[in-house]
Amino acid sequence: MNKLNFIKPDNQNLYTYLFTGCFLLSLSIIDVFTNAFFSINLTSFLPPTISFILPLLLGFVGLHLIRIEFSGLNKLDLINKNINTNHFNAILTLLIIFVIIKSLPPMLSWFIIDANIAGDTKEACSGTGACWTYIKIWLRRFVYGMYPNAEQWRINLSFISLVALGSVGYFATEKFKKYLTLYYVVIYPLIAFLFIFFFISGGPIFFEFSYGIIAAVISIIIGFFIPNKFKVYYFSFIPILLYIALKYFFFYEESIDLGKLNGFNWVETGAWGGLSLTFIVSFFCLIFCFPVGMFLALGRRSEFPTIRYFSVGFIEFWRGVPLITVLFMSSVMFPMFLPEDFFMDKLVRVIIAISLFEAAYVAEVIRGGLQALPRGQYDAAKSLGMGYWKMHIFVILPQALKLVIPGIANTFLALVKDTPLIFVVGLLEIVGMLNLAKTNPKWLGFAMEGYVFAAIIFWIICYAMSKYSYNLELKYKTER
Amino acid sequence: MNNKIRKLIPQIITLLVVLLIFGFFTYNAQNNMDNRGIDFGFGFLKQESSFDVQFSLIDYDGSHSYARAYLVGLLNTLLVAFIGIVLSTIIGVIVGIARLSPNYLIERSAAYYVEFFRNIPLLLQIFFWYFAALRALPLPEKAEPFFGVFFLTIKGLFVPAFIWNNLDIFIYSIIAAIISILAIKTYAKKLQENQGKQLPVFYISFALLIILPALTFLIGGVTLEFEVPVLKQIAKTAFVFKGGVGLPPELIALTLALALYTATFIAECVRAGIQGISKGQKEAAASIGLNPNQILKLVIMPQALRIIIPPTTNQYLNLTKNSSLAAAIAYPDLVLVFAGTALMQTGRAIEIVSITMLTYLSISLAISLLMNWYNKKIAIKEK
Repeated sequence: MNKLNFIKPDNQNLYTYLFTGCFLLSLSIIDVFTNAFFSINLTSFLPPTISFILPLLLGFVGLHLIRIEFSGLNKLDLINKNINTNHFNAILTLLIIFVIIKSLPPMLSWFIIDANIAGDTKEACSGTGACWTYIKIWLRRFVYGMYPNAEQWRINLSFISLVALGSVGYFATEKFKKYLTLYYVVIYPLIAFLFIFFFISGGPIFFEFSYGIIAAVISIIIGFFIPNKFKVYYFSFIPILLYIALKYFFFYEESIDLGKLNGFNWVETGAWGGLSLTFIVSFFCLIFCFPVGMFLALGRRSEFPTIRYFSVGFIEFWRGVPLITVLFMSSVMFPMFLPEDFFMDKLVRVIIAISLFEAAYVAEVIRGGLQALPRGQYDAAKSLGMGYWKMHIFVILPQALKLVIPGIANTFLALVKDTPLIFVVGLLEIVGMLNLAKTNPKWLGFAMEGYVFAAIIFWIICYAMSKYSYNLELKYKTER
Repeated sequence: MNNKIRKLIPQIITLLVVLLIFGFFTYNAQNNMDNRGIDFGFGFLKQESSFDVQFSLIDYDGSHSYARAYLVGLLNTLLVAFIGIVLSTIIGVIVGIARLSPNYLIERSAAYYVEFFRNIPLLLQIFFWYFAALRALPLPEKAEPFFGVFFLTIKGLFVPAFIWNNLDIFIYSIIAAIISILAIKTYAKKLQENQGKQLPVFYISFALLIILPALTFLIGGVTLEFEVPVLKQIAKTAFVFKGGVGLPPELIALTLALALYTATFIAECVRAGIQGISKGQKEAAASIGLNPNQILKLVIMPQALRIIIPPTTNQYLNLTKNSSLAAAIAYPDLVLVFAGTALMQTGRAIEIVSITMLTYLSISLAISLLMNWYNKKIAIKEK
C-alpha cells in the first residue's frame, strides 16, 4: 500500500481519499443544515469564531481530498470538472451551497409555513409569515382596478374572445395563411379596439367611429360591383365621402340623441386599473409602436433628406428623454397644444405617448436589421424591377425583421415593464393599485406581500415573453 | 427633370405635414395661454421659489430662485446616476464574469440573478426596496453601528463626514500624480518601441498615486478628520443623528434598485463581449510567446472592451434616464423638484416640461456624440 499523501491526493488509495473527503464534506453540510433548519449548533462547544467557520474549513478540506484527476469514476470526474476545479472554486461552491441551505428555512416559513390565507380580515394574519389573505381579499382590485364588481364579466369576456381571436393564426389553413399578416396588422387591432370601446368602456354605439365602419362596410359591398379598372379611384375617394355624408347629412340631427345610446353602462377610464389595464395598455402600445417604428426605420434610411432628418430628429428626441417626462408632457403639456373644446381621454393620451416613445426604440432595432442585410438583396430586388415599396414589403423587411426578433422582443419587454409608469397621469395598473391598497387603514403593513405578488406576476409575463421570442427566433432562423 | 420633381414631391409633402402639425400646436398653445392669461417666457426662473427640498447637495431653501431649485434637482439626479453607475458596473462585471465561470453553481446563480432582476419592472423594485425592505430597518435609537461608525436606520444611512484642511493641496497632488503617470506611460511606450525594454508601468503609477498624496499629509499640512454621527435625543421618543453625512432612504432605495436592475444588462454586455473573442485569438497570442497575463491585457481585453463599451454606455444612459423614477418615492430629483413642485406652483407647463426634457436630451446627446467619436476611434480599420 502506498503512503497516503493528503496534500496531493492521487489515483492510488482513491477510495481512502474519497471516503475521508465525503465524510468531511457531509459533516460540514450536516452542521449547516441542522443549524439552519433546527437552530441547533452542533459545534457550540468551540469558540464562536471557529464554530462559525468550521463548516467552511471541513468542506474545503473535503473538496480538496476528492479533487482527484482522472479518477476513472464518471460521477466524480463530473463533479470535479464542474464545481471543484481549484481551491477558489471550491470555496465559492461551498459558500453558495451554505447560503442556499441557510436561506431556505426563512423563505419557506415566510412563504408557506407561517403564512396565512384563511379569513378575510387583517386579524386573520397572526403568523410571522406572509399574509396571503390580503392578496385574496384585494385580488379583484389588483386585477380589475376600480371597475365595478358587477360589470367585471365584460373584461373577462373581452379578454377571452380576444385571446381566441388572436390564436386564429395557429388554426389557419394554407389557403388563409397569406391573409394572416393583414388580419393581425389591420383587422385584429380594429376588433380589439371595438371590444375595448363598446364592451369594456361601454361607449356610445353611434360614436363617430361607427360612421366610419358603416361607410367602410357599405363601400366594400358596393366595391364588388365596380370594375377592376376603377377600383383604385373608387376606394380612394368614396369611403371618405360616404363617411362625411353619413356624419353631416344623414345622422346629423339624430347624432345628439344617438350619442347617448349606450350598449352597456359607461365605465370611465379612470376606474379601469389593475392587471387588466396593464394588458390593455401593453397590447395597444405593442400594436401601434411596431408600424410607426418600422416607418421611422425606413425613413431614417430614406434617400430624401427631409424625411431622413425628420426621422433622425424624431428618433433621437424620444430616445433621449425618460418615459416619465414624456408622460408628464402628455398629461400637463399636451392639452395646451389642443383646441380648447377638444377632449382626449387620458388613457388614449398615455397610449399615444408610450407608443411613440417605444416606436423610436423599435425603429433603431429594425434599422439594425436593415443595415445587416447585404447590398445584394437590394440590388437583386431592384433588378427584378421592383419598386421601393414592393422591394421592402416582399424582400427586405421579411428578412430584416427575422434578424431582429431578439431586439424587438427586448423592446416589447421593456414596454411591458414600463407600463407601471402610467401612475404619473393617475391611472393605476397593478403596481399603482398595490400602492393604493397599501395605504388603506384597514390593511396597513402588508407592502411586502403585495410587491412580491406583483413581482411574481410580472416575472411570469416577462419570462414567458422572452421564452416565446426565443422560440420564434429558432423557428425563423435561416442559414446565411 | 421628371426624376427631380418625383424626388421633391414626397419631401415637400412631409415638410408641409410637419409644419402644419407644428403650426396647429403653436396656434392652439397661443390661444389657450391667451385664454388663461399666461404668457410664454422664462422670467419665472428668477422668482423666489418658496418651497423647501429635503435633500440637497448645495445650499438651498425657499428664498432661493427657481433656477437654483432646478440646479438642486439636476445635481441630485446626477448624484443618483453616478452612484448607480459605479455600483452597477461593479455588480455587472462580477456577474458577467461569473456567467462564464467553469463552476456550474456560480454560473447558474449568476444566470438566475440576471433572469430574476431583469424581468421585474424597475418601478416595482424601487417600491419594494423603499416601502417594504427599508421599512424593516431599525429606528435610530435601536440601530447597531457597522464598524462603529456607520448607522443604517429607517431614517437612512449615516456615515462619517470628512473634514479636510487644505483640501486644495491634496487635490493638486492627485492631479500631479495623474500627469506624471501619463508622462511615464508615454516614456515607457517610447522605450519599448525604440529599445524593446518594458517598464513596470502599473507598479510605478500605483506607487505614485499613493505616495504623492501621502506626502501632502506629511509635509503639505493636509489633515483629515472624521466626524462620526452621534445619536441625539430631541424629544422624549424622538432621536436623530447629529454630525456626519446622512443619506436619505429614498436615495438608498433608488440607487440599490437602479444598480441591481442595470447590472443585469451590463452583465449580459460583459458576457457577450468576452464570448465574442474567438478562441483563435488566445491561441495565436500564446503561440507568439505571450504569457497569460499579457494575453488578457494585450489581446483579449482591448478586443472585448470594443464590444463591451458601446452597449454598456447605453445602459449608463438608461440608468440616468431611469433615475427619473425617483419621483415615485419622493426623492427630490430633477423631475420631482422641477417638473413636479415647481410646475405645480407656477403652472408653466410648457416651459418647465421642455426645460426638463431638454436637460435629459442634452445629457443623452452629449454621451451619444462621445460614443460615436469613441466608436470611430476604436473601430477596426478595414480596407
